[in-house]
Amino acid sequence: MIKHDILIVGGGLTGLRAAVGLCDRFDVGLVSKVYPTRSHSIAAQGGINAPLANNPDSRDDTWEKHTFDTVKGSDYLADQDAAELMCREAAPIVYEMEHWGCPFSRFADGTIAQRPFGGAGYPRTCYSADITGHVLLNTLYERAVAKGVKIYPEWFVTALSIEAGQCHGVVVLDMRTGELIPVAAGTTFFGTGGYGRVFQHSTNALINTGSGIGMAYAAGAPLKDMEFVQFHPTCLIGTSILMTEGCRGEGGYLVNNQGERFMQRYAPTAMELAPRDIVSRCIQTEINEGRGFEHPLGTYIQLDLRHLGAQKIQERLCGIRQISIDFVGVDPVDEPIPIRPAQHYSMGGIDVDIRCASEVRGFYTGGECSCVSVHGANRLGGNSLLDTIVFGKVASRTIGEDPEVRTRRPDERALLKLKEEVERTLRKLASPGSERPALLQAELSAMMSEKVGIFRTREELTQALQKVIEFKERYRSVGVTSAARHMNYELTGAVELGYMLEVAHTIVLGAILREESRGSHFRLDFNTRNDADWLKHTIARMGSDGSPAISFKEVTITRYEPKERKY
Amino acid sequence: MIKASAYTFKILRYDAAEPGNAPRFATYRINVIPGLTVLTVLLRIREELDGTLAFRSSCRSAVCGSCGMVMNGEIGLACRTQVATFESDTIILEPLPNLEVIRDLVVDLTPFWQMYEKIQPYLIRQSPVPDKEIPQSEAERQRIDQFVNCILCACCYGACPVLAREPGYVGPAAAAKLARFVLDSRDERPGAALETVDDEKGVWACDTVFRCIDACPKEVRPTDGIVDLRKAILKHRFHKLLGKSEP
Ligand SMILES: Cc1cc2nc3c(=O)[nH]c(=O)nc-3n(C[C@H](O)[C@H](O)[C@H](O)COP(=O)(O)OP(=O)(O)OC[C@H]3O[C@@H](n4cnc5c(N)ncnc54)[C@H](O)[C@@H]3O)c2cc1C
Repeated sequence: MIKHDILIVGGGLTGLRAAVGLCDRFDVGLVSKVYPTRSHSIAAQGGINAPLANNPDSRDDTWEKHTFDTVKGSDYLADQDAAELMCREAAPIVYEMEHWGCPFSRFADGTIAQRPFGGAGYPRTCYSADITGHVLLNTLYERAVAKGVKIYPEWFVTALSIEAGQCHGVVVLDMRTGELIPVAAGTTFFGTGGYGRVFQHSTNALINTGSGIGMAYAAGAPLKDMEFVQFHPTCLIGTSILMTEGCRGEGGYLVNNQGERFMQRYAPTAMELAPRDIVSRCIQTEINEGRGFEHPLGTYIQLDLRHLGAQKIQERLCGIRQISIDFVGVDPVDEPIPIRPAQHYSMGGIDVDIRCASEVRGFYTGGECSCVSVHGANRLGGNSLLDTIVFGKVASRTIGEDPEVRTRRPDERALLKLKEEVERTLRKLASPGSERPALLQAELSAMMSEKVGIFRTREELTQALQKVIEFKERYRSVGVTSAARHMNYELTGAVELGYMLEVAHTIVLGAILREESRGSHFRLDFNTRNDADWLKHTIARMGSDGSPAISFKEVTITRYEPKERKY
Repeated sequence: MIKASAYTFKILRYDAAEPGNAPRFATYRINVIPGLTVLTVLLRIREELDGTLAFRSSCRSAVCGSCGMVMNGEIGLACRTQVATFESDTIILEPLPNLEVIRDLVVDLTPFWQMYEKIQPYLIRQSPVPDKEIPQSEAERQRIDQFVNCILCACCYGACPVLAREPGYVGPAAAAKLARFVLDSRDERPGAALETVDDEKGVWACDTVFRCIDACPKEVRPTDGIVDLRKAILKHRFHKLLGKSEP
């Protein structure tokens, strides 16, 4: 057994920021199933929002305006005190990252460059070309190395221990040796990222299974607002690799097969820079109504950058250009990029308060796996990188100020019991079974993309629920090829699939219950927002029968009364 | 161009936990279509044919640096390498050289990360930071651009002929990372910090045969960084000789 006062799971931006904030004063261990720089944060492209007012068009930008845009973008489901906290902290954390060496792009006056992004009243998205996640994650990893954070790379967390309302740590599989190791900690923090791979068409990395969310839920921590799934408008056909919102921020057009910039019919003012939920629905509508282009990989819409010119494309969107050339053979300098919407971000997640504390003693979360909630029903581009770093920092503050942090004793017996359970699970997964985990996962994700997508109906959601229940039943027959535990990706994948099914279950059930349309959740059979009945968060807890039981929580409203969203 | 509807993939398999079983090639026949990447093939093999195949992968879009390997003798990322780009319809996949194999295509990256940590891969400041950003001109930012792009995939480490004969060599990626900081207008590390790479296992060991540049999937030129570091070291030695304090 290994022990730390504070255990951090996740080597993405959130986990690293939390660790950097705590390691000077406490005994901290950080566990990640991949080397930290392989975390999905690395893939973020477009930028991070902060009202620095560096752009000539944003001189009177303020954190209040940023908060308003965030709340409006969230379709008024965000908790306004939390959104305010995030936006107040935005400028300080961007400066802090810069001081730690983050190589942002620069304006001619030497200040951090900022570009326009969707749903924002001002150009406030700070960026480094189109590799903003890469530079931020490298910078935080560098800080972690500088401070000597104890990191356990390629340690896969298999289960979370919660007993008697307290968290006692996790059971990990050391992927290199195949050993099962209980890690005891009085305080556990999850920055385990999103669940994109629950959907077939997703911009997310293959490792984004949402297992952290699933295992917290299975251990008894409640989830919040799981029905809110962001679909990004512009993803490469075939692979669904993201073409950053920065493409439109830099002036890119969306064009249908009539040669029309169709956004003028839907959002005449914001045009291509309307928020993501809206643009995704518009693109899907164009495709559904026959105004898309046909391709063997599917029907698509064009993202046209040609008018920006070769130089600007090369300077600001060089990564996008390379991806487009590598993966669909299209050079955006000469041809429009073929795109369509795909799953991109998890607004919902583990239910925590504005201090990152869950209802379980000693268990905290932040970043994409958690739901504070700052993004409500729809996240604005550039606000997620912000969320990860701000709430990684907030968590380190909360944990650092917790009077019990050094004295809270985890129950090691509970942890050893959990280890035995995991042992049994692994043995069962390695005994002959009729279902291959990857194929069952493929069926699950195809079903989720088909029935729980941009446009939802009760009929399809009900079918989806039946399917999830059926898949869960079939999961009992999953068997992997080899019982060896080291670098056995089929085995870890099978463990993750169990958690993905739980995550899917909560998404589907939340989507069925929420009989309104708000942000990313659009019901064709209830196609307007209904504040009277639904201005509230959904909370999912695992019931005694293993199905989610849903309850509700008030939304915190401080200064922005819910209004209709127009762009 | 696709050469045939089905390709043969020969993958070097070995498990360090079973050292008695020598490395061997396993052969798989896979139907291919245009646009198919080597990573997709690997995933398909693991998912449908052989669940025991070990390889790393994550972002599948050439940014996370997980899937470096040797493909028909060339080092690169499996996720951005299309099957159709090879001359033949037989594709041989091997783990990155210069690193011990843990299992199949998964190598032990410990020495790679040790070198990375050794060079102090972080911005070092002496002067206090301003309230806002430390100003940096576009040209200064440009100067570090190529080194900033490094994704730490270790392709250069695998390609380096110096590392093949001298495992203690700092290697191209760590040197490029150090250059990224030394060239950063905001970095204030003392010249003495360069002494960690000022020996026969440091930047002077480079043969300047540019294998690292060929292998880099991100168009980083580690050799440029090594040349810059050599210059900086000479300058530092010169200052020391004159007993002058650092500029
Ligand atoms: C392609 C793409 C582009 C994006 N661009 C932007 C952008 O421009 N601006 C913006 O604001 N947002 C953007 N986002 C969103 C943003 O990047 C993510 O929301 C954010 O990086 C998530 O960070 P995180 O720290 O929460 O999780 P991650 O970076 O996903 O890290 C999760 C960590 O948890 C670990 N982990 C997970 N499960 C386990 C387990 N079972 N055991 C052990 N370790 C585990 C992983 O190893 C990893 O280290 C983008 C997202 C995508 C997909």
